[in-house]
Parts: sequence; structure tokens; C-alpha cells
Amino acid sequence: MAPLTVVSAILAASALAGCGQQRDPDVFTVLNSSTDDSYHGWDAATLKRCSAQLDVTIEQQSVPASQVMTKSLRMASSKSLPDVIQFDASEMPTFAEAGGLVDLRTLGLSTQDIPQGIVDFGSYKGTYYGAARTVNTLALFYNKDVLKKAGLPVPTTWAEMQETAKKLTRGKQYGIALSAGGAEDGVFQFTPFMWSNGGDETNLATKNVAEALDYWKGLLKDGSLSKSTVNWTQADVNDQFMAGNAAMMINGPWQVETLNTKKNLHWGIAQIPVPKTGDKSVGPLGGAILTVPDTGDTAREKTAAKIVQCMASEKEQISYARNSWMVPANEKAAAIWRKEVPELDALADQVATARSRTAKVGAGWSSVSLALQSAFQSALTGQDSAAALKKAQARATSGN
Amino acid sequence: MSTTTASATPTAPAAPAKQRDTRRRRRLSQWGFIAPAVVFMLLFFGYPLVRNVVMSFQDFSPSTFFDGKSPFNGTDNWSKVFHDDLFGKALWHTIVFTIGSLVGQFGIGLALAVFFTKKFPLNGFLRSLILLPWLVPMVVSGIVWRRILDQDTGVLNSFADTLGLGGHTPWLTSPGMALFSVILVNIWIGIPFNMVILYGGLQEIPKELYEAASLDGASAWRTFRSITLPLLKPVITVVLVLGFMSTVKILDLILALTDGGPADSTQTLGTLTYQNSFVQLDFGAGAVVGNVLILISAVFAVFYLRANRSEGK
Repeated sequence: MAPLTVVSAILAASALAGCGQQRDPDVFTVLNSSTDDSYHGWDAATLKRCSAQLDVTIEQQSVPASQVMTKSLRMASSKSLPDVIQFDASEMPTFAEAGGLVDLRTLGLSTQDIPQGIVDFGSYKGTYYGAARTVNTLALFYNKDVLKKAGLPVPTTWAEMQETAKKLTRGKQYGIALSAGGAEDGVFQFTPFMWSNGGDETNLATKNVAEALDYWKGLLKDGSLSKSTVNWTQADVNDQFMAGNAAMMINGPWQVETLNTKKNLHWGIAQIPVPKTGDKSVGPLGGAILTVPDTGDTAREKTAAKIVQCMASEKEQISYARNSWMVPANEKAAAIWRKEVPELDALADQVATARSRTAKVGAGWSSVSLALQSAFQSALTGQDSAAALKKAQARATSGN
Repeated sequence: MSTTTASATPTAPAAPAKQRDTRRRRRLSQWGFIAPAVVFMLLFFGYPLVRNVVMSFQDFSPSTFFDGKSPFNGTDNWSKVFHDDLFGKALWHTIVFTIGSLVGQFGIGLALAVFFTKKFPLNGFLRSLILLPWLVPMVVSGIVWRRILDQDTGVLNSFADTLGLGGHTPWLTSPGMALFSVILVNIWIGIPFNMVILYGGLQEIPKELYEAASLDGASAWRTFRSITLPLLKPVITVVLVLGFMSTVKILDLILALTDGGPADSTQTLGTLTYQNSFVQLDFGAGAVVGNVLILISAVFAVFYLRANRSEGK
């Protein structure tokens, strides 16, 4: 009979655990994706300062970026949500739509000094759910030495970029590297080309989107972009650039830390080229936002909001930006940061005009993104751009 | 089971009450032994299985995690999945991938197993070296192979180039080629498993049979066909069925190698259910694809049981 008792004991225990754990009144938890050693350390330092300031204990829980959403959903169903969740901004609408987040304004957070674009970035359907500490976007990174040796200026238009890339392609060095991989990385990289050309995610089957895709195809056809692009993540692109296999690349500031480990690599940064002179370069606004999930305990949520406020304060933003090379969300903080890192000026400019992926389609973004990945990969491997995009649009609509 | 109860009968009929008592106690203790297994199966296999089937008829979205509401929506999920051309593609890729991988893994594994039954120097050392792919975690293999197969900077193409064999093979970057490359990598991973089990099976075949065959003047091929294969059959069934189960649900390797790309050319049922459930968070649709996978596996499990039963007769 002993085994039966053991089994029933286990059953009873698991049933109890399923009822949700009692939260420790003095311990607050922050769930983020800082699994990287350096990021985990930076966040730990921030939380230590905030915990001293607010006189509460704050614990950091880090899971891989791709698991933040599923983990949070599981925690929601077992009524054990953390006090603060750091979501990638493109994921927030899904969680907000499900009713999982609290309006930060009602918890006493102000949006003063935050540019409207970044308030929108943290908002869904007009409600401000997420405070950004820093934001990022994509820019054109180039190898200063290679361009100088070839006597070429930094390209500013599509035609110039194509020409420059062509001229810089020799031997094992490609003119440009970018990620057209079959995941969010590839879509993130496609958006500046799509948007700067007037394309839009609400309708992929337009001439503007097809032209952007044809531009990528042109780079491939010229041989200035490696065919491996369809299999590269943004980290792979950075590896190629660092190894001298690409003279220019499209990438984001989170690579700077790695780029700087190679001392003899002199890189510069510029805005992503636009279709024609005078067009506005529109990049994707990326980054994480701090949200307060709905735990039903208002007092706790108020404290959680204070933690968010502290983490996203001007001082903390600057220190986080210094570490991560991303742009502070707050206007005043950004101005101070800009003076410190003038070499990233182009990035700060790009952020000012950047737009969020979910502003128009909200929680429908994941369907659009999947359809778009498949479309540009088909087109880059031989299919007609317009036909591939037409199919993608049909798929995106049916998935919504 | 039946033999144990039979042994209880030849007791004296003098004390029927006592006998009944012992029998009941015995029955009870029998159930006691079975109960943990039954509870375990119901809890960890039965429940998820039933839940998955039920979920495929429900509208199970992120908000379900909050309000617990997952209204039944009939066959909406099923028709959504079956109307998506991606499902047909993924099913086809899964079939090609499974058959290709099994044929390759089994063929090479069997050849190596037969090879290693011969006595030669360094036999044991080489045999343990071949086990290496098995020891490397699947995701690590995937990432390393992605580098090896890179079109421009990969070792494989550079090597082919120095040999004058072209060296521009688009292993993972051409939709026509990617599935083939993924199969090759999976064969590499699966060879050790096949070899080890088949080698073990070969050791079990009595040496006298081979001696008799050689006295009869049988050729090597004839010996293999008439002695090795028939006696190895039970082991072969096990290897193939286990290989099938682990291949048909492939996910991690493909995510690490190609992410299902380029242009969905390496999407399988495994990646599709992952994409539905964990990228789009459409758990209902994910459950549908999961059910199809379970169904396919179940059909093969039945085949396996059948094959084993006829073996027992």
C-alpha cells in the first residue's frame, strides 16, 4: 500500500501547488530576458539601487527572450505572476489584449519628458502599459578602413548603397551583409526598407513593399549580398562583418559591445539609406518595455509601478544606455547620452523617426511577421516578389 | 499473471473463508503493484493526450490563461489548419525527412555494425569514436552544422573548393536543397544509435550458425541474408520503430539549422505545431497539428506491437 500513499501524497501536493503560491509581502520579482551575463549583471545593479531607494527586496528572474511570453502566460494561469515583466515591445500587445497588464498612468507614472513616439511604443490601443528604459533601431554599419581605401563615401540612397556594395565586393568580401533569416530577425531588418519606401504591414501586397523586396533581390543578383543571408540571424551578420567578410552591414546597437572587442576594426554608423534623396529613413523601433501585470493586488501593483519608475528613471536610463549602447527613452537622458557617445549620433537620429512594428496591427503582428518571412525568403530564392507578397497578404489575413 | 493466481488453487477446501481472504489480499496486493504504473500513465500520458484532443476543438488563446475560458469552436481549428497550404507542405516534408533519415541511418548503421563484428586493431577505439555525435546535444550539433554548411564560409564548401569540386553548394540556402541537407545532418546524428543497437543484436547471434554456413560453403552475402537478417529481425524492428518515433517529431535540429526556412522548405509537423502554439500563440491550431503527429506515431506503434506479437508465436 505504500506506493499508493506516496502517489496520493504527490497528487495532493501538486493540487495544492496548482492553487497558486502566496506572494511574500516583502519580496518583489522582476521577470526579464537578461540571461546574458553582462545584461544580468547590469540589471542586478539597477535593481540593487532601486531596492535600496524603495526599501523593498527585488528579485530578478531571467528566462530566454523567446520564453518570456509563454512563461508569463503560464504564470498567469497559476496566479503566480511576477510584479514586473520586461516584454519585448512587439510582444506586449498580445499580453495586453489578453487583459494581463495594468495601465501605468493609473498607477501614478508620468509620461512627461518621454517623446510621443516612445509613449506610443509602450502603449496599446491608447493605454500606456510599458515604460521603456532604452530603445534601439537598425542602422548601417560600415568598415571605415575599407571605404576609405576604396575612396567611397558612405551611401545615403538605395542606388548609392547598391553601387558602393558592388564596388566593395571582391574576393571573400561581400559589399553588404544583412539578415533575411526565417525568424523575427529577418522581418525586423526588412521593415526599414519597406517603410522608407512607403510600404506598410497592413497590406503587404503593394507595389511599395514589392519594390523594397526587389531591392534586396538586386543586391543578391549583383553578388554584393551573400546567398547565405536567408539563413543568417543578426548575430551571424555581425560575425560576418567582424570577420571582414562584409564591408557594410545592417544591424543594431546591441552588437556594439561585441564589435568593440575587435580593436583593429574601425567601424562607423550611418542612417539606413533611403529610396531617393530627400526620403525619410524610417527604421523599426525595438527594445524592451517594463510592464506591471495585473495581479489583482493594487497595493503591490503600486509598489511595482514605483520599481518600474525607478528602473526607468533618468539616471538609470543613462547607466543602462552606457552599458548596452542603446538610446535612452527619456528626452533629457538621451541628450546627455548623445554628448557622451557622439559616434552613435546617426543611431539617435534614426530612433527619432523610427516606428514600432505593432502600432498598426497590434496583436496581429505575429501573423504578419510569419507570412512576411516566408514571402521574402521565397522571393530571395527565386520567386517573383509581387506574387510571394500577394500570397503572404492572404496568409496574414487568414491568420488574424 | 495467470500462473501466479493458478498456484493459489490447490489448498485444502476445509477453510474456504480463509482461502477467500488470502485470495482477496493477493488480488489487492496485485492491484497495489499495478496502481502506481496506472496512475502514472493516466496522469502523465492519458491526461495530456485527452487534453490535447479536447484543446484542438477549443478556441484556446492567450486570454484563456487569464479567464480560463476556452469556448468550443467545433472544427474551426481543424479546418483552419487543413486549409493552410503550409500543412500539406509540412506533412510532405515530414514524410520525406523521416523516410530519408531512417533509410540513411539504418543502412549506414547496419553496415558499420557488421563491419565492427570483425576483429581488427583499434576496433573498440573506433567504435567509441563513432558514438560521439550521439553525445553532442542536438542543438549544439545543429549550430555547428549550420556553420559547416554555410555557403561562403563553411568548412564543407571550402574543402570541396580546394578539391576542385565546385564549392558553392547552397546547402541550407536553397529551398530545393535545404531539406536534403537537414536529412544528411540527421543521418549523421542517428548513425551511432542504430549502430550500437544493431551491433548488440549481432553479438547475440550464435557463432555456430556462421560456422555451419561456412562449412556449407555459403557466400558472405548469402550468410548475411539467410542468417544475420532473420535473426536480427526483432532488433531491427526495435531500431526502426524507435528511430521513427524520434524522427517524425523532429523540432530542435530544424530550429537550430534553418528555422524552417528558407521559404518554409524545411517546415515539418514538429516546427508547425511549435510555430502555431508558441509563436502565434494559437494553441488550438497547435493542438491540431500535434494530434496529427500523435496519430501517425500511434499507427506505427500498432504496427510495432503487431510485429512483436507475431514474433512471439
